Amino acid sequence: MNPKILIITGYGLNCEAESSHAWTLAGAAPELVHLNDLIERPTRLHDYAGLMFIGGFSYGDHMGSGLAFGARVRHHMQADLAKFIADGKLILGVCNGFQIMTKLGLLPGLDNNYFTQSVALMHNDCGAFQNFWVTLRFEEQSPCVFTRGLGPMPLPIRHGEGKVFTLDHALLDRMERLGCVPCRYADPATGAATDKFPLNPNGSLNAIAGLCDPTGRVFGLMPHPEAYLFPENHPQWDLQKLRGELPSQGAGLKIFQNAVQFLKLT
Amino acid sequence: MAHRIEIALKRGVHDGRGAGVAHRARNFFHLPVTSCTSRDVFKVDVDLKPKQLREVQKIFTDPVIARSAIGRLAAPAFDWLVETSFKPGVTDNLGRTAQEVVTDTIGRPLTAQEGVYTGVQYLLKGALTREQVQRLGRDLLANELIQSIRVFSAEEWAAAPADAEPPVIRDHTAASVHAYDLGGSDADLMKISRDGILSLSLAEMYAIRDYFNRPDVRAARATLGLPDQPTDVELECLAQTWSEHCKHKIFAARVRYVDEQGREQVIESLFKTFIRAATEKIRADVDWLVSVFTDNAGIIRFNDKYNVSFKCETHNSPSALDPYGGAITGIVGVNRDPMGTGMGCELVCNTWGYCFGSPFFEGELPAGLMHPRRIRDGVHQGVIDGGNQSGIPWTRGFERFDERYLGKPLVYCGTIGKIPRTLQGRPSERKEIFPGDAIVMCGGRIGKDGIHGATFSSEELRHESPAQAVQIGDPITQRKMYEFLMEARDLGLFRALTDNGAGGLSSSLGEMSSMSGGAEIDLAKAPLKYEGLQPWEILLSEAQERMSLAVQPENITAFLALAKRRDVEANVIGTFTDSGAFVVKYGDRFVGRIEMDFLHDGCPKMEIEARWQPPQIAAPAPLRAGNRNHALLGLLGALNVCSKEFKSRQYDGEVKGLSVVKPFVGVQSDMPSDATVMRVEYASNAGIILAEGINPFFSDLDTYAMMASVIDEAVRRVVSVGGKLGQIAGLDNFCWPDPVLSEKTPDGPYKMAQLVRANQALFDVCTAYLVPPISGKDSMKNDSVRGGRKISIPPTVLFSTIAKMDDVRKAVTMHFKQAGDLIYVIGLTQDELGASEFHRWLAAEQGTPANYGGTVPRLDVPRALATYRAMNAVIEAGLLHSSHTPTLGGLAVAFALAVLGGDLGAEITLDAVPQSGKLSDDALLFAESNSRFVVTCAPEQAATLETAFRGVPCARVGTVAATRTLKLATAKRTLIESDLDALRKNFKKTLAGI
Repeated sequence: MNPKILIITGYGLNCEAESSHAWTLAGAAPELVHLNDLIERPTRLHDYAGLMFIGGFSYGDHMGSGLAFGARVRHHMQADLAKFIADGKLILGVCNGFQIMTKLGLLPGLDNNYFTQSVALMHNDCGAFQNFWVTLRFEEQSPCVFTRGLGPMPLPIRHGEGKVFTLDHALLDRMERLGCVPCRYADPATGAATDKFPLNPNGSLNAIAGLCDPTGRVFGLMPHPEAYLFPENHPQWDLQKLRGELPSQGAGLKIFQNAVQFLKLT
Repeated sequence: MAHRIEIALKRGVHDGRGAGVAHRARNFFHLPVTSCTSRDVFKVDVDLKPKQLREVQKIFTDPVIARSAIGRLAAPAFDWLVETSFKPGVTDNLGRTAQEVVTDTIGRPLTAQEGVYTGVQYLLKGALTREQVQRLGRDLLANELIQSIRVFSAEEWAAAPADAEPPVIRDHTAASVHAYDLGGSDADLMKISRDGILSLSLAEMYAIRDYFNRPDVRAARATLGLPDQPTDVELECLAQTWSEHCKHKIFAARVRYVDEQGREQVIESLFKTFIRAATEKIRADVDWLVSVFTDNAGIIRFNDKYNVSFKCETHNSPSALDPYGGAITGIVGVNRDPMGTGMGCELVCNTWGYCFGSPFFEGELPAGLMHPRRIRDGVHQGVIDGGNQSGIPWTRGFERFDERYLGKPLVYCGTIGKIPRTLQGRPSERKEIFPGDAIVMCGGRIGKDGIHGATFSSEELRHESPAQAVQIGDPITQRKMYEFLMEARDLGLFRALTDNGAGGLSSSLGEMSSMSGGAEIDLAKAPLKYEGLQPWEILLSEAQERMSLAVQPENITAFLALAKRRDVEANVIGTFTDSGAFVVKYGDRFVGRIEMDFLHDGCPKMEIEARWQPPQIAAPAPLRAGNRNHALLGLLGALNVCSKEFKSRQYDGEVKGLSVVKPFVGVQSDMPSDATVMRVEYASNAGIILAEGINPFFSDLDTYAMMASVIDEAVRRVVSVGGKLGQIAGLDNFCWPDPVLSEKTPDGPYKMAQLVRANQALFDVCTAYLVPPISGKDSMKNDSVRGGRKISIPPTVLFSTIAKMDDVRKAVTMHFKQAGDLIYVIGLTQDELGASEFHRWLAAEQGTPANYGGTVPRLDVPRALATYRAMNAVIEAGLLHSSHTPTLGGLAVAFALAVLGGDLGAEITLDAVPQSGKLSDDALLFAESNSRFVVTCAPEQAATLETAFRGVPCARVGTVAATRTLKLATAKRTLIESDLDALRKNFKKTLAGI
């Protein structure tokens, strides 16, 4: 049976269509549920194997991206989210979804503490919202189930507040040691992580593009894998086609396929 | 009692906002600001217990990067402090979100008297005078029209009490309605029109007076207890409905046109004679027109499942007063056009385009006008925020610069929607309203925002232009409403909907009630943002994010219940009737009654004189023969040609994941594409192509040639990426200076003749190309008389195109792809340098910038059609590796962009370029002749390609090289030889970071 995925919508989130399409292509059964319908009966969360916080502009990013939506989720759903994670299920957050998860404290979720914010997603160093493509590298030693076995991946970024930041260097070191950094912005020429704009679009510490919890089942990232499902999404698909290198599907799909594979095996 | 919370970033955390202010203060204002830090201020006007207040403070404060205090937060040393906040009644989106966070935190809804208000503090260091700080406040940090600015020295700040006073409107003026006496002299009538910003002409005032004097009208009014004379509700409603903005009186006028030979022609309505007639003529030849000119947006068939709709609007006057607010309202407002078209379209993508004065303008600005750099920054940011926060990708964007846009910028915003062809088994474009259906207003509340917006935009910009004419869009409230409406649509919960734009309820209900034959509304039932609005203000308010709907009585309970679940405000404010009149109540009292026929058809027709005389504009002196490297580098860096990537990257172009040919293409994704291509749904490889043409410069020589060239550009861009003739639809947006002869517009007949000629060209070219206009808009008063100086825009038409593409995977992009490919030029280059980018560059170089005349590009329709058919065939056959159509800067710029996109070189023999007669080097390089392409193909395809182009001007002119050098030469001499880095640097440097 195809695993059921809950996609929360409403209040300015806006990537529901492509996120839903991504899960469907990957072999899951996504359902869109408005936040207010979920809050009315939070226990329905447990009908699902996975949960996705999608991208968008919840509450217009006013007061800091993800703050208002995160506050609402925390207020109404904290206990059910804790149980969902303890039950071994999956949570994915993309862009604004990642920001919401970080504000909630779901990421990095060290020491089983999933509801205290410990890192920030700050304004990009360049000072503005940016939309262009970057290259991600994935860290093999991370427990992240979404990124297993992935090579360098081009994906678009579309955010104004994506800089992973903390003043606490000990925390940063622990996150790195525990493998909570599954992906980084990389230089496509060398494959190495980079601080250089625009390869690193926001000045993120350690070039961090996404974080997972120590179990690897809770994962969020700034770039948009759901926006690279068609091969023609790639900005140089025209050249790839001419050279016979056009893939049959967009690379972003692999992240969803990894998740579905994990759910089908557990 | 209100509580003040101040929030600052922790030490060691980068304050981008503060650093940005310091940077601009130093670089644009040349003020010695050594540092600036910024802080957020919240005034929480909510009844809170101390513990609740601390909880609110905690949740407002990011624990990782911020710190905060209730009251004052200790500040590091500073010299000056500037605090900005919104004036009472101005939309405060951040404050609204903060209110919702407070609601969630304390677990109860706020009362009508409670609210949260926001402000920003800037702590400046540097040897600045108070006057300098005030100037920064006014010209950089805030707009005094909508914001309060308070300046404190360090000592004053220390001595001042912590201010927690919320900027609320506490106006308890009782609602009242008064009648206007229209029995006075002509001067009295015009005084009523002028004082009320009604923009009604004397003829219109007469018509209104005569209507209210009719015995039958008096009798009907008497039964409702209404006075004989019109009430303010009625007069304001008529003024809105009859405004140029809503009624398009100039396009509907009777025009007497005299050409240069003295031949006279009387035209009854430019719109009907040229625009609608073009579409009607083409209707016989295309089978995909679904709904044109009748709804908020034009609808065409996309495939078996979907129709597609398109609308483009301008929001010029509001953007001149408050660039950010005007522009965000422009984009969020045009989103409601497709949203309110048919039974409501889903939003697919946005387009934008702006005309500004140069951001580097250093001359003297007329008093009251903002610097074009500030206007540009604000307009971009408004459309960026509006589009991004709404989750709608941008697909096309352009900017044009000319000093004549100093007085009024042009801000074009467009939106494409899609809708299933049938809903609940009925054609989705069909709207019906029956007597008895409930009138529902949903979305935002009503405030004084935007009152007189429609009549105001029908006038030139004056010093006393009303502040209320500015609205600020709220994308999140609209997004919530949009999702709710789509849900309600799919459940079949309403019968018709339309948006509340210019003219507010008076306009939306005026339109809708003609479907049932009348309406009766109660203004007291409309939800208000604050007290103190008069009934006529409620009717006219242009407060944003609102739609009006007709809901069948049996669905009203379900409709309102769903709205509540989705946190969207919806209220029944009246009933549609078939009484033949638009009847307005305020509570129990009748305050207005206007018969539908008079409301819609009672406006007297204007009569306008138009006299055409070709203008005399000298050409620049010809350049001596020789190398043209400097000219090409100059053109690549010219404002109208250069890269606009810096601003464009701040718009989200990929949400929904449907993009195929993006706005920027090439190996470095940094060259503008000829047209963009995107899928419309995930399940299909079919898609849409979008492009546009705009050229206000050609207008100076001849608007007929301008219009023909602009349509050709919009069409050939579509053809260049793979669009086919017969599948292209058009949208016209006319922006004109006032063309009506008057004391202040002595050249009205010439400007009107320019309008006539543009319309003639539109009919001629659209019908020949089979490109039906499906929707459009005009903005006819783009003049400014501030500071005693009249500035009129050049006649400007944006012609947008949309075309269906059966298989987006066949799209072709503009850059050269691989070394060894053969380069062809298709189409004829002619001696057409008039008003070209080259002539304007050359005229400026020679110190006579007005002398850019010459022969303006013409259109050879049969040749163009043959060329496009051949292009369609070679792209369908997959022969082309690249295709690029020259526009500004001609072939030289086209070759440069194509090599830059590919990061490859090329060697071009210019003698081979198909040309009429023997052209000068400069005409070959820079003429902006229409209907041309630069294409490449693999060498082994040469014969097939040349066969396909038989009968069309076509010549092989060179080969793509791996050398990273562009060389353009004739047999006599090398005209251009440049490495790619120099070309790229010049193309990108002008607006880099700006």
